[in-house]
Amino acid sequence: MTDTATPDAALGVSLLELIRSTSCVLPADVVTTVAAGRAAETAGSNAAYALGVVCDNITMAKAKSQPLCQDTGSILVYTNLPRGYDVHAFETAFIAAVKQATKIGYLRQNSVDAVTGKNSGDNVGPGTPNFHHHQWDGDHVEIRLMLKGGGCENVGAQYSLPHPDLGGRDLKGVENAILDAVLKAQGQGCGPGILGVCIGGDRATGYGNSKEQLLRLIDDANSDPVLGDLEKRVVDKANRSGIGPMGFGGATTLLGCKIGKLNRVPASFFVSISYMCWAFRRQGVALDAAGGISRWLY
Amino acid sequence: MPIIPLTTPLTEDAVRALKVGDTVELTGRVYTGRDAAHHRMHEGTPPPVDLHGAVIYHCGPVMVQENGRWVCKAAGPTTSSREEPYQWEVMRDHGIRGVIGKGGMGPKTLDGCKKYGCVYLHAIGGAAQICAERITRVDGVDWMDLGSPEAVWHLWVVKFPVIVTMDSHGGSLHQQVYADSAKALATLKA
Repeated sequence: MTDTATPDAALGVSLLELIRSTSCVLPADVVTTVAAGRAAETAGSNAAYALGVVCDNITMAKAKSQPLCQDTGSILVYTNLPRGYDVHAFETAFIAAVKQATKIGYLRQNSVDAVTGKNSGDNVGPGTPNFHHHQWDGDHVEIRLMLKGGGCENVGAQYSLPHPDLGGRDLKGVENAILDAVLKAQGQGCGPGILGVCIGGDRATGYGNSKEQLLRLIDDANSDPVLGDLEKRVVDKANRSGIGPMGFGGATTLLGCKIGKLNRVPASFFVSISYMCWAFRRQGVALDAAGGISRWLY
Repeated sequence: MPIIPLTTPLTEDAVRALKVGDTVELTGRVYTGRDAAHHRMHEGTPPPVDLHGAVIYHCGPVMVQENGRWVCKAAGPTTSSREEPYQWEVMRDHGIRGVIGKGGMGPKTLDGCKKYGCVYLHAIGGAAQICAERITRVDGVDWMDLGSPEAVWHLWVVKFPVIVTMDSHGGSLHQQVYADSAKALATLKA
């Protein structure tokens, strides 16, 4: 910690700061849409009250450097690594930073044995933290971190089309499936939410891609105009459902919807939906050669 | 919105006076209890504290020990629907008068609220700092073997902000919003 001149120590400092920042500081694109949602609600309503508390919470978490939400969630790590980068050393450094962040209280003890119920106490165990590495042509390392709480993860859904009530293997069926997930989620995923959606893939890659959609900026434009139109339609219709913040009723049910697609086998047609709560904790950094933070990505 | 101040332990009269939509600020003792604690009580283990008149908070806080004392770093509500199989039993068997959580609960709990005189109080999900600021003391903890997030923490809260979304008269904001939104989305179907 004291000697930041050596790459390993500098990397450790950078990773701890990435975790702290992700847990305590909501990214600017999310803050902007939450504030817009608050302005859209009727003064004096439960919805306006809820979003007022949410905005105050965002300010307070940043000021106190404490977690936005007590459920610091699944630790999802997405990297872009240059050729020859030592993945094993990176994961070792990241796990050390996770343990330290847990001790400080940036992260809750969130890794539980699925059979015995024993909490590992340090956020480390089979499947946690969860790494997704990609080799790229860049000459530096990029790390994106997402902390996804259990409440919103529980209201994610995967549909297999055709579906008797929702429709066939076309964009209408897809749209109806997504809105069905929004209806079933109500306020349980801490809405207003942001959806990551994947059309196609298999059961594992579909959910995987749906989460990767959440790495996009909320206000970006989909490179596929057909999917871009669908994103807008979903947000518009969801916000006319009246579910509102926390499911209290109101105008803001979704802050965004990000849709991608993967090729499927002829027999399968999945629509995979990951629901992200308003406490959309994702940050990212680019590293310099010494392991220091050269740039924040959100 | 006028704010109704309430102090724990709650009396049945105070609970019966509450209606869906009321804004409440709660002061006094609150116990956390979530999935594992409810499951353990359901399996027959008596609660580690007297719950008569008590308020249970569906919450797995971030707790750290500083100078030998527990300090609450973050403590918003967790999703309550997972306790739907168990909550009515805790009302019947242990006399709780209030449940704090988020997302609302189902018909068994609503029926339990009516029958045994209990109320569901909705905190703002994700607002862990606003909630933690109103937790002025951590006075103890039981069932730590369940792990810190699942343990029963003894919190002291001052003016803890909640909204009544399920009352003891059969009223549920969650039922209402679900029905209305299902109808609205049916008309918007592609």
